[in-house]
Amino acid sequence: IAVLSYFILFQQRIEIHKLRQGDNLILGFSIGGGIDQDPTQNPFSEDKTDKGIYVTRVTEGGPAEVAGLQIGDKIMQVNGWDMTMVTHDQARKRLTKRNEEVVRLLVTRQSLQKAVQQSMMS
Amino acid sequence: MSAAMDTESTYSGYSHYSGHSKKAHRQGRDRHKSPRSKDGSRSEKSVTIQTPPAEPLLGNDASRAEEGQDDNWGETTTAITGTSEHSISQEDIARISKDLEDSVGLDCRRYLGLTVAAVLGLLVFLTPIAFILLPQILWRDDLEPCGTVCEGLFISVAFKLLILLIGTWALFFRQPKADIPRVFVFRALLLVLIFLFVFSYWLFYGVRILDSKDTNYQGIVQYAVSLVDALLFIHYLAIVLLELRQLQPMFTVKVVRSTDGESRYYSLGYLSIQRAALVVLENYYRDFTVYNPALLTASKSRAAKHMAGLKVYNVDGNNASGQSRAMIAAAARRRDSSHNELYYEEADHERRVKKRRARLVVAVEEAFTHIKRLQTEEQQKAPGEMMDPREAAQAIFPSMARALQKYLRTTRQQQYHSMESILQHLSFCITNNMTPKAFLERYLNPGPTLQYDRDRWFSKQWTLVSEEAVTSGLQDGIVFVLKCLDFSLVVNVKKIPFIKLSEEFIDPKSHKFVLRLQSETSV
Repeated sequence: IAVLSYFILFQQRIEIHKLRQGDNLILGFSIGGGIDQDPTQNPFSEDKTDKGIYVTRVTEGGPAEVAGLQIGDKIMQVNGWDMTMVTHDQARKRLTKRNEEVVRLLVTRQSLQKAVQQSMMS
Repeated sequence: MSAAMDTESTYSGYSHYSGHSKKAHRQGRDRHKSPRSKDGSRSEKSVTIQTPPAEPLLGNDASRAEEGQDDNWGETTTAITGTSEHSISQEDIARISKDLEDSVGLDCRRYLGLTVAAVLGLLVFLTPIAFILLPQILWRDDLEPCGTVCEGLFISVAFKLLILLIGTWALFFRQPKADIPRVFVFRALLLVLIFLFVFSYWLFYGVRILDSKDTNYQGIVQYAVSLVDALLFIHYLAIVLLELRQLQPMFTVKVVRSTDGESRYYSLGYLSIQRAALVVLENYYRDFTVYNPALLTASKSRAAKHMAGLKVYNVDGNNASGQSRAMIAAAARRRDSSHNELYYEEADHERRVKKRRARLVVAVEEAFTHIKRLQTEEQQKAPGEMMDPREAAQAIFPSMARALQKYLRTTRQQQYHSMESILQHLSFCITNNMTPKAFLERYLNPGPTLQYDRDRWFSKQWTLVSEEAVTSGLQDGIVFVLKCLDFSLVVNVKKIPFIKLSEEFIDPKSHKFVLRLQSETSV
């Protein structure tokens, strides 16, 4: 049971309700990364060969910030779709589907990992 | 002149040097007793230079006349190396005596070697001819007639001897460039080899042919031809041993001058130590700047100050070794501002040199504008006041003389350039259409030793100091020293490392590139 709980704690589920702005539905953050991008220029990843999608900016007061998304988070899934092996454009498309009002993200965060490791060691 | 130097220096620490120069000037003036030099104003100086009589510039007592008319150019004998005139004269005597005794001994040895080689060469050259002619002279009637074959062999002998003669002339007939301390091993070896070779041929000839009066003339001529062939091969061996073997570079040699640390690197092949020393010295005269003892006075005075700073009195009378270490430690710990002095002195000196250099360049450029070369057509049309290069040089020299002299004084090169040499160089530059910068190139930077007059070289007699035998070959790590009276060159030999070179083939089509992106999209 302890092992399972650690697994869950490494990742966090965030639910963002899109905000309507004119003709667009916006989420209020920016993404970087992808399998067609250069992973060494990613300032947030611990492993510089990680080609996953990362949150690079969160607009203040936007739906993402309200939902608890933080800068540097790595997005693992969007609405059940895997985001660890997608191109940058595919990721953008999956996040900005017009017929979806809510997106459920599975993110992982380094600060989370470190907190768990510390509690494991103590 | 010295007043001007004082006003230009701003740091009081330099008063030590201006004091020296003032003393030198006073000495110079008192000695030469020139009436015009008592006044130190600048305009007076230019007037004195402008009126030199023509005779001392062209005549042979130029040095005396120079000293008489103007003390500026005659100040070559004031303190250069020693602190008083006594030490200079002793060094001069030592130099002269060394020159005398060494030149006599080595000349004898050199000429002995040359005569031995010449006699042997002549003997060797005449041997085949003797081999062919002796049977004809001694027992002509008994000889078998030998037709076209012998004549063909005569022609081949003649041409081979001619080739041998030309080859020997090209290889060996040279002015000896140097006296080396020990015998040149390869040359001696070759001479011995040739001697033994020819001796054995004569022995065989004498026993088998002369005594038995062989009648087979063709055989005798073929014997002579074989001798000439073998001599050509020995000549080939001589080329390989004496010339070719040392061409491929095997060692890198670092040469450092002991007085100011100037260093150069040279590449040498397989040479003996004495021949390597010769190569280093030949390159020394071309590559190293001339040895200038006047530049060392600054460090010597600093060293004197260090030694005079701390005095230790031996009260108890024993334990000397422990004391010396304590003395050195105390001297190091003492609060000493000589580094400060050095820094400001050097900065000051650089500034002064740059200022004087700027004045000099401007003065020379202006002087050169006064001269114009006449074309041949114009030479008939304007017959008034045509000058040859020498007169033209004398005409424009006074306007740049003071600036040049001041610059030479500041960079301490004044004893390397006499007025006569400057005038000669100026007329040389005018003749060859050189620009002012080309004229100044000789004075702005100290050049190699070859550029200057022979009696300013300070380095004519060299001694090779080495722990290994001087005829042994160069090896990695050998150090030897080339000493002359005033300084020495320390030579350090290092082997060129064995280079491992491997190849890698790159297909020209294999050069491919991708874009590295990092885009950020807002959602």
